[in-house]
Amino acid sequence: MGEPGALSPKQLEENFCKDIHPPLNLNQASIEASRCYFCYDAPCIKACPTEINIPSFIRKISTGNLKGAAIDILSENIFGGACARVCPVETLCEEGCVRNTAEDKPVAIGLLQRHATDWLFEKKIQPFERKNLKQKRIAVVGAGPAGLSCAHRLAVLGYDVIVFEAKKKLGGLNEYGLAPYKMVNDFAQKEIAFILEVGGIKVELEKEFGRDFSMAELRKEFEAVFLGVGLSGVNALKLESENMPGVLNAVDFISDLRQTKNLSAVALGKRVVVIGGGSTAIDIAVESKRLGASSVTLVYRRGFSEMKATSVEIEFAQNNGVLIETWARAKKLIGNSKGISSVEFERTQSGSSEIFTLPCDTLFKAIGQILIPEKLGDVKEFLEITNGRILVNDERRTTLKNVFAGGDCVNGGKLTVVSVQDGKVAAEAIHKELS
Amino acid sequence: MADLTCKIAGVKSPNPFWLASAPPTDKAYNVIRAFKAGWGGVVWKTLGEDPPVVNVSSRYGAVEYNGQRMMGFNNIELISDRPLALNLEEIKAVKKEWPDRALIVSLMVPCNELSWKNILKKVEETNADGVELNFGCPHGMSERGMGSAVGQVPEYIEMVTRWCKTHTQMPVFVKLTPNISDIRKPARAAKAGGADAISLINTINSITRVDLDQMAPEPVVDGKGTHGGYCGPAVKPIALNMVSEISRDPATRGMAISGIGGISNWRDAAEFMALGSTSVQVCTAAMHYGFKIVDDMIEGLSHWMDEKKYRKLSDFVGAATPNTTDWQYLNLNFKTIAKIDQTKCIGCGLCYIACEDTSHQSISVKAQNRKNIFEVIEEECVGCNLCAHVCPVQDCITMIPQESKKPYLNWTEHPNNPQSKI
Ligand SMILES: Cc1cc2nc3c(=O)[nH]c(=O)nc-3n(C[C@H](O)[C@H](O)[C@H](O)COP(=O)(O)OP(=O)(O)OC[C@H]3O[C@@H](n4cnc5c(N)ncnc54)[C@H](O)[C@@H]3O)c2cc1C
Ligand SMILES: Cc1cc2nc3c(=O)[nH]c(=O)nc-3n(C[C@H](O)[C@H](O)[C@H](O)COP(=O)(O)O)c2cc1C
Ligand code: SF4
Repeated sequence: MGEPGALSPKQLEENFCKDIHPPLNLNQASIEASRCYFCYDAPCIKACPTEINIPSFIRKISTGNLKGAAIDILSENIFGGACARVCPVETLCEEGCVRNTAEDKPVAIGLLQRHATDWLFEKKIQPFERKNLKQKRIAVVGAGPAGLSCAHRLAVLGYDVIVFEAKKKLGGLNEYGLAPYKMVNDFAQKEIAFILEVGGIKVELEKEFGRDFSMAELRKEFEAVFLGVGLSGVNALKLESENMPGVLNAVDFISDLRQTKNLSAVALGKRVVVIGGGSTAIDIAVESKRLGASSVTLVYRRGFSEMKATSVEIEFAQNNGVLIETWARAKKLIGNSKGISSVEFERTQSGSSEIFTLPCDTLFKAIGQILIPEKLGDVKEFLEITNGRILVNDERRTTLKNVFAGGDCVNGGKLTVVSVQDGKVAAEAIHKELS
Repeated sequence: MADLTCKIAGVKSPNPFWLASAPPTDKAYNVIRAFKAGWGGVVWKTLGEDPPVVNVSSRYGAVEYNGQRMMGFNNIELISDRPLALNLEEIKAVKKEWPDRALIVSLMVPCNELSWKNILKKVEETNADGVELNFGCPHGMSERGMGSAVGQVPEYIEMVTRWCKTHTQMPVFVKLTPNISDIRKPARAAKAGGADAISLINTINSITRVDLDQMAPEPVVDGKGTHGGYCGPAVKPIALNMVSEISRDPATRGMAISGIGGISNWRDAAEFMALGSTSVQVCTAAMHYGFKIVDDMIEGLSHWMDEKKYRKLSDFVGAATPNTTDWQYLNLNFKTIAKIDQTKCIGCGLCYIACEDTSHQSISVKAQNRKNIFEVIEEECVGCNLCAHVCPVQDCITMIPQESKKPYLNWTEHPNNPQSKI
């Protein structure tokens, strides 16, 4: 299948290695910072899952105190750099900005956040330091944003942290999932290096929980455990011949795409159909288009307003040439042992019986990810898992003492920033528990 | 269409907008461009005796506030650094070419009668419309006994003004320095000396900022700095007050005033005129944006006058002076209360925190549907206006004058006043 080489290497580089939201220059940052009103009880803070003190950091940018600004951000959100790049700010902090009401144009909080954190990284300043070393060991399973956020906060609080990660690289979906044009120049790894620099965090790569070690062992060896294992399974369409060639899981394809050294060699068909309505669906659709697919149609079973993807994401996909079909459900996959050739859809609006067929050589499934408890060894014996989520309370405690969890594995798949907050909250709860 | 023609101390100009004596009026080239752009007059950059002064390199400092460049501006330049004869020659040529525009020559020479007499003779030969005595420059020249060194001593002002009135027929404008505690004294002195008009303000002594790397005040000249003259939008309130003090002082009431200081647009100009200026002069705004700004000044003033049915400038010049009084005569029974227009409120909470932390705790906050609702507690509100000033939304918070049953009562009559007359 597929036709590598449809686009020139130069075009591919343009499509994948160029930042879609380029950083602000000094001038732009100073103008933008001056737009912040320094609100009392600012709505933007409440709209940020990690509760960064936004007016404070923006004011610091405007006074030239960039170090203070970056510290404001990173002390609430150690992945402030990644979040500045990938947060759907239009539904988070910037949605809260009072400037929306008066003039329909919020302060560009995300870009200002990037301005401050980029400055700190460029200056190679390490603002964190470990204090009150505790000689207590905590295990963190999974090195995505949830796990690493937890590990960092614990290390700063003086704990010794061991991070177990199944994959070859740290970062979870920061490294294997987020769209390349949002995280250019290997930013995920640079950010993680900064996070680990504080010390006290030992990393064990290619150590898979459930296969290489068990919950029983962790409980014996560590004072507390944090699970940030994300979601390892993918929802199925539950249609016949779902395994035929050309029918792919979006997340697996994206994971390979993020790791490839040679974009020209990535195999992709000419006509692509994507099923789903969240940001993964948007990402795979845009990435397909940017890889050179001649047509990409995204099909969602309900309407635009029901899509999980934000209006900004939808518009971005449309601007990239993605066609979006709403109110349609895949009914039948058509093809043979060589591969898929078309998909038959039916309308989901009541009263409509329209059936239509979209020819394709690649079908991406992007209808959500799930937790597969079986992959986590003996976990089920200890913890309550309902609806594919590990059950936790406000402090991110599981039903088992001294075992905490956070991120996609407790919420079914939300956002990077939500996972970061979970890790931070859990670390504070662990600290409270152990001191 | 309103009539913008202006006449001050016998000097006529097609509109009241003049360029103040400064770099924009330094030579024929600039002045001709200014006249082409529509300026009604200029006060030529101050002339002194030969040999010309020497200027330093690195001359201006500025205050930027929250993204607004040159909100305040300062300079350590001296008077014209070109030969006197060259200036005079250009002045003569320009006046000849532009007879309808006002052309005033600013002067600063040592404090002896002969020096003034000599230079006045030379200026007369140019056919300029008048002279302006620069008693204002607060830096450099004052160290040499000129500029504000004269302007700070009312007796000197009177003396020099009288010399000038004795030695020339030209109208004499006296330009005052604001670097003095009571502006009425030098104004009275100018009047006593026979001045035809006064111009104010010149620049205010200042240091705009300190370069924290070089540890020296800006502008930094080879590692050192000095105080300079402050001007631009930041000085407008100070200038307005000084103009009003003079125009309502019984001793100087009715004296022709050319208002200067932070004027950037027609509205600023109208305010100076409402407080008693017959013409206005502009420097910083022109240095910031170029001569083109006069376009909107002329048009804006004219449209506003049409709207208010003022047919000529004298219809509103000084109109706000009778309403400018001393604190003791303000009505203590007047009450105004803030009102927040909930349909305009964006929920920033700036009014709340300002009143709560620093004023009278008269705004309440309550959360409603994840949004904060701010309301004025009318019984507590003293009508200080702080909330209306901090609110970033136009017309969201307004001050509503309250109906009062009590009669006018001022401090001189108030029971709490130990010196009360009643
Ligand atoms: C394609 C895609 C695009 C996205 N785009 C955005 C976006 O633009 N903005 C945004 O805010 N969010 C986005 N998200 C969501 C975001 O990436 C996730 O919410 C976030 O990464 C979840 O963090 P986590 O730490 O919980 O899990 P993950 O990031 O999934 O990290 C889990 C880690 O645990 C490891 N692990 C799993 N099982 C084991 C085991 N048994 N033993 C050891 N280690 C294990 C995994 O290898 C992984 O490293 C996107 C998600 C996807 C799939
Ligand atoms: C660079 C500069 C040089 C100036 N030189 C003179 C001068 O030679 N003579 C003078 O009377 N005033 C001089 N002034 C003062 C201006 O004429 C004017 O009084 C003052 O700047 C206030 O007006 P503004 O706020 O519109 O600038 C100078 C001002 C500046 C900024
Ligand atoms: S809500 Fe908007 S304007 Fe107010 S503080 Fe936050 S960013 Fe600034």
